[in-house]
Amino acid sequence: MKNHIHTRMGDGERVSISTAEVKDDVLAGTQDAAQRASIPELTEDDVEQLCGIMAEPSRAVSVESGDEVIVTDDGCSMSFYSGQDSGGIGIPLSRLQAILTYERACAADSTSMGHSDYSFKPVKSIINYEMNAYYTASMMTTAPFFYGAQPNLGLYFQPDGPHPNPADLLPQRQIKEARAAQEAAAEQLREDLVFVGKKMNGIGCEGLNFDTCGSAGDADFLAALQAVADLKKEAPNMPLIMGASGEFVIGMHGKLSFDKKQIAGMYPHEQAQAAEAAGIHIFGVAIGTNTTQSVAWNIARTVTFVKATVAVANIPIHVNVGMGVGGVPMMEAPPIDSVTRASKSLVQIGKADGL
Amino acid sequence: MQIAHIVTAGMGGIRTAGDLVAWMQIISKMKLTPAKQYVADKLGIAVNDLVNEEIMRQIREELGIGVITAIAGDPKGMRAKIKIAELLNIPINSVDLFKSQMA
Repeated sequence: MKNHIHTRMGDGERVSISTAEVKDDVLAGTQDAAQRASIPELTEDDVEQLCGIMAEPSRAVSVESGDEVIVTDDGCSMSFYSGQDSGGIGIPLSRLQAILTYERACAADSTSMGHSDYSFKPVKSIINYEMNAYYTASMMTTAPFFYGAQPNLGLYFQPDGPHPNPADLLPQRQIKEARAAQEAAAEQLREDLVFVGKKMNGIGCEGLNFDTCGSAGDADFLAALQAVADLKKEAPNMPLIMGASGEFVIGMHGKLSFDKKQIAGMYPHEQAQAAEAAGIHIFGVAIGTNTTQSVAWNIARTVTFVKATVAVANIPIHVNVGMGVGGVPMMEAPPIDSVTRASKSLVQIGKADGL
Repeated sequence: MQIAHIVTAGMGGIRTAGDLVAWMQIISKMKLTPAKQYVADKLGIAVNDLVNEEIMRQIREELGIGVITAIAGDPKGMRAKIKIAELLNIPINSVDLFKSQMA
């Protein structure tokens, strides 16, 4: 192992740091996760393995033969035709062309589609268009084909929706009113999620992805969990996937619970258990990247959360490893060196079932 | 970036047996190791050969479950998924709908 390695900060900046500093960062990262979530730190062997992955001289690294995992996605085929704000490259492909290209040219283990806005609320008003597009594509895809969107409770608050905005009410100390607004909005969101889910089930949807759950806090997460439980009764043959929006569910409401467990403050291992109780088939863990810390610190922290989650979950755990999550630097074009080190670490040490 | 993950850690989709293992995760909620073992047993191969193109390319063509390259007339899409559902003994929602419309 060389004395210094080239690595990056969480914002992508290229840095050269000593191997001792890498180990210090790994230890600090795992300690941070362990302390926050009351979960075990990485073992000594894990730390040594992670330091080894960080110090590999190759630009790109990969998992050892036999340790491959399933790579699912949340609308990656959209990246072929979407714009910069979605990480897209703007090629004029239709959705169908992009889906098949992703499945066959990229050899993805699964593929997916979604509406460009990627929230359930706007999908509701164009549901017949989406059903036709999905049905047509599903005749041609061979790998599992998902329909995805975000619950995105924020769209239900003024000025985008009908309910008073808790972000306006809370600073005015209108706590009771803010909670009431979130409860009403969450119920409307739940109804919309179930509406779309039932419609998609009607055209043989192979998997519905509730992506980025909890982005507006605990009411957002609750609506998704409740909709999952509803759909398991109304559409029991349609698999459901749930991805989190962060490592910690923010308590914008603070008093909501599911399966007798408080949602606010749930860490990934608790989020996964709640999702499993609701009936989810695959849960996606999301751990935010700290741009002021090194990639080694961020990956160590992410792996710690993932390892604890995999240990308690009875369903497959896939890790979100996009721009600014999963130890990947927060930037428009995440560097391959960091992306592949995150992948390898999460699989080899975190024991993830997929990415 | 997704391509980097696929190359680094993915199972290879319909190049190999990645889609088959994915089906077991999404349909039957199987964790990775039992899902791989289940598919390997169904195919009659070793787990390590699930990602072996040399083995899986031939198996996929023989079973009619779709191959990565374009062979005119060879099963892909729904025709392949019907066979995949039978091979893995799983209910695939789109396949069930399609079959119900064929009656």
